[in-house]
Order: sequence, then C-alpha cells, then structure tokens
Amino acid sequence: MIKEYEQELFEVVGYDKEVADAIVRPNITYWKDAWRRLRKNKVAIFSMVTLLVIGLSCILIPILSRVDYTGQNVAMTHLKPGSQHWFGTDELGRDVFVRLWMGGRVSILIGLLGAVVSLVFGTLYGGISGYFGGLIDDIMMRIVEVIVGIPYMIVVILVSISLGKGLPSLIIALCITSWTGLARLVRGQVLQLKENEYVLASKALGASPMRIILKHLLPNTMSVIIVNTTFQIPGFMFAEAFLSFIGLGVQPPYTSWGAMAALGQQQMSYYPHELLFPAVAISLTMLTFNLLGDGLRDALDPKLRQ
Amino acid sequence: MGRYILKRLGYLLVTMWIIITATFFLMNTLPGDPVQTGTKLLPEAVAQNLRVKWGFDKPVTHRYVIYLNNLLHGDFGESMKTPGLTANAIIRDKFPASARLGLQAITFGLLVGLILGIIAAFKRNTWIDYTVIFIAIAGISIPSFVLAALLQKVIGGSLLPIIGWPSTNVWLSGFEYTILPTLAASFGSIATYSRFMRTSVLEVLNNDYILTAKAKGLSRREIVQKHVLRNSLIPIITIFAPQMAGIVTGSFVIERIFCIPGLGMYYVESINGRDFPMIMATTIFFSFFFIISIVLMDILYGIIDPRVRVSGEKR
Repeated sequence: MIKEYEQELFEVVGYDKEVADAIVRPNITYWKDAWRRLRKNKVAIFSMVTLLVIGLSCILIPILSRVDYTGQNVAMTHLKPGSQHWFGTDELGRDVFVRLWMGGRVSILIGLLGAVVSLVFGTLYGGISGYFGGLIDDIMMRIVEVIVGIPYMIVVILVSISLGKGLPSLIIALCITSWTGLARLVRGQVLQLKENEYVLASKALGASPMRIILKHLLPNTMSVIIVNTTFQIPGFMFAEAFLSFIGLGVQPPYTSWGAMAALGQQQMSYYPHELLFPAVAISLTMLTFNLLGDGLRDALDPKLRQ
Repeated sequence: MGRYILKRLGYLLVTMWIIITATFFLMNTLPGDPVQTGTKLLPEAVAQNLRVKWGFDKPVTHRYVIYLNNLLHGDFGESMKTPGLTANAIIRDKFPASARLGLQAITFGLLVGLILGIIAAFKRNTWIDYTVIFIAIAGISIPSFVLAALLQKVIGGSLLPIIGWPSTNVWLSGFEYTILPTLAASFGSIATYSRFMRTSVLEVLNNDYILTAKAKGLSRREIVQKHVLRNSLIPIITIFAPQMAGIVTGSFVIERIFCIPGLGMYYVESINGRDFPMIMATTIFFSFFFIISIVLMDILYGIIDPRVRVSGEKR
C-alpha cells in the first residue's frame, strides 16, 4: 500500500515568495567593510590617534600658550627642559615647546597641501588621460614624462631663487611636481576600468565624459588614491625638512621641524635637547603616516596584503 | 629596441632643454642690476665694463643663444663671485667627493637592502622578519640628517672621525672618514630595498614555476639562485633610479653635516651666495646626471624584462 503524498507536504513552512529577496542583515558597503578591517589593526588605529594628537597640539598649543614663539630672551638661552620651559630654550632663548608646535603647523601644512594638490590635479589629469586615450593620452603622458624628469629639489631651488626663499616658493614647487606619480597611477587604473560594462551603460544613457570620469571611474580608483596619498604626505614633509635644513625652506621668524633640527644640529654636542625634540617630532609623524598607510592599504585592498 | 632607446633619448633632450631654458630665464629675468650686488657701489665705468664682460649689455634672448652655444661646447660658464673660477673646474674638483659618497652609499644600500629583504622573505613571520620590517619602516621615517647627527653623537669621536673627507687620492684613501656619511646616506635606501625585495621574493615564491623547480628535484640553493633571485630582482630596477636621485639630493644635507667638500655642498653655498652662473651650471649638471640615470635604468629594464619593451612599443 503506497501512502499518498500530497503536494502541500512539500511546501516549505514559513516561506514567503515575496520576502525571498529581502536583505536580512544590514548592507555592508565597501567603506564600512574597510573601516571594519582597519579597526582591527591596532597599529593603524594607534597611528591615527597619535596623528590626531599631534595635529590638535599643533593647532591648539600655540593659541593657548601665553608664550610667543618668536619671543627671545637673551638671559635664558640654552636652558635645559624644566618646569618653566618644558622643552627648554634655544640659542636665542625662545621656548622650544611652543616653537615645536608652530613648526609642526608648517610641516603638516606642507604635507597636506601637497597631498591635496596631487589628489585633485593628479586624479583629474590621470582620469582624463586614461579615459580619452589616443592622441590626448599620448600628449598628456609625454608632458608628465618631461616633468617627472625634473628633480623636485631643483624646482624648489629655482622657484625660491626667483621668488625668494620661504613657504610660498615651497608650495609652488610642490604644485608643479607633486601630482605626476598619482596621475600615472590613476591613468593605469582608468585604462583597466573603462572597459567595464557600467561605463558602456553610462555612455549609452548619454552621460558626458566628465560625468563618467567623476562618477564612475574615479570612485573606483579611490582605494589606490587614498593609499598613495597617505604615503605621499610624509614624502612632502621630508622634502620640506630637507630644504629647511639646508636653509632653502622656511625662513625665520617662521620655523618648521626641519629648520629647528638644523639649528639644533649645530648645538648638538652641548645641548642635545634642541635637536632631539624636532627630530623626534619629524620621525614620529612620518612613522605614524607610514604605518597608517600600511594599515589603509591592507584594509582597502586585502589582495595586496603580504 | 632601437626605437625604444631613440625615443627615450628624445625625451632626455627635451627635458634637458626645458630645464636649461627655465633655469636660464629664471636667473636672467630677476629684478636688480646683477653687476651692482656688492656692498660698495662700483663706479659707472667699472660697472659698464663688467656688464660688457658678462654680456649684460646684450638683450636676454641674445645671451640665451650664446649660453646654449657655450653649453654645447662643454663650457659651463664662470663664477661671478670668484673671478677666474670656472664652473668646469669646480665640477672637476668637487664632483669626485660626491661621486664616491654616492657610489659607496648606493652599493652598500643595495647590497644590505637586498640581503635583508631576501632573508626576511624566507624567514617570514619570525623575529628576523619583524626586525627587517622595523628597520624598513624606521628607515623611511627618520630623515637622513637626524640619523647623521645621531651617528656623529653615538659612534663618532672616539671610534671614527666625525667630519672631514680625504683631500688627496680622493677615490681610495681615508676610508674611515667615509664610513659614517655612507651609513647615513644609505640608510633610507636600505629600508626601501629591503621592503621591496621582501614583497618581491614572496610574490615569486608563490609562482607555479617554483613548484615545478621543486618537483624537478632542484636543491634549495639552486631554486633560490636560478629562479627566485632573477625574477624578484626585476621590480627592484624600477625603484633604483628614484633611489639614486634621492642619494644625489640627500648629499646636499649629508655633505653639509659631515663637511664633505662635494658638489652638493658647493651647490648650496652658491645658492646662498647668489652666484648665478655657478647655480645654473650645477643645476644643469645635477639634472643631466639625474635624467641620464633614469633613462639608463629604463633602457636596462627594457633589456632585462622584454614585457616592458613590447608594451612600450605598442603605446
């Protein structure tokens, strides 16, 4: 005797065709996912916090402190770190603690400004060059090749000779040379990405090239851009420190970590603290930027992790 | 390949021309009378003679043509601050010290960096690996002038001379003077090379041909020598040229800290002294050196890795 099985018995209980496509868990975007990975990376988070502390100190301490960073006091030169002057004083009796944070403003400003210029100009340039291809790409890349050939230091030196030494010259030179690396990188990415179907779809819908570049191509290269920028910032700060060290960068009464280290180096054998503080400040900031860059790369592009 | 080299040389000429032209016009269109720069005002007759001597009586475009012509004949000009001192003599005089420092730093940095990178890759996730990673990150985070000062303070003095450079027999004598500057100049490239080499070796080790080599029964040594090393060295060449440039520009600082009478130090001096013909000459010399090295590296890369050449010709 065969038992009768009816169709109803085979229907899944509690199954509703209408809600089959409903998403139960919250949708995790690429950025949320990356942030989740980054949060697990203790070194990167530590670097981020350190950078925030350094940045806030640079902004706040010179404002809050009653000591003027240019104020000289010939009676109190080369003081050791103590309760009145936390990091001691330099050869003109200026307070090293306040100067350190003022110098940090210049160093970090240069780093961030270079990053912004290279970010905006480099991505647009690379995006346009990669998207249009052909003759436009050829001409634009030839221009890049010529600019890459000119050493950064030479540009700074030439600009500072004609405009005078100081912050503006550094920034102008940075604007001329900083963007080429990113432009090449973005171009390479765009060359790959523009063959994708969504670009074709967008084109078919009548989107203008600029819209495709800005809305579809560049957001997809964002991870490369962010990682590259994080590594570029310490590079710019390095360059500024170098130039200020040999006397071509920031001029007194303004100061930067490179300029302070240059002064400190002359006093090194007797008053090591004058070199120590700016040197530690530069190294620590670079280190945290580099570590943060490593963390970001791992978080944004897990394939690259070694 | 011939076309590729020709193309590279073409860019070289264009870049050089742009640098020369930019340098010339920046220096020659500065406001002020270039003859009357001293503390005392020269009598008009003397100033006029000087103007004729330096060619300032001619229009700037005319001077530009003369300057280009002189450069093509290998004449870099003459100092305005030290009459009779030609730029050619300065370069001949000062360049060997810089070149020795650069060569030593490049060789040392490359050797140590590569070895560290290879060891780190093979001893992955051990304390050796972590030490190398730490050196690599410290190396790109600590500016060379900080390291130089640190070396002077810690090692210098009792063991090694802090400053100075051999003045006679520039290439071979006085090795103890060159140790600290070489260390300071090469630390950054040790860091970069070891980092890149580690990644590169790890990538190569993942390839199927390494598995094939193992399956064929090659010894570990043979695998490393014939397969791992050769393939992982290729990406290193791309970062070699920028590293070289870094050592050249780094030498401005290192030479100053260690009082090395090299071209980098003279360059900074001539900039601070506003000795325009000398600034132009050294700028052009440095740029030329830099660009030539990049082009050579590119060509070398094309020879070693045929894939680059092919894509270079297609584009």
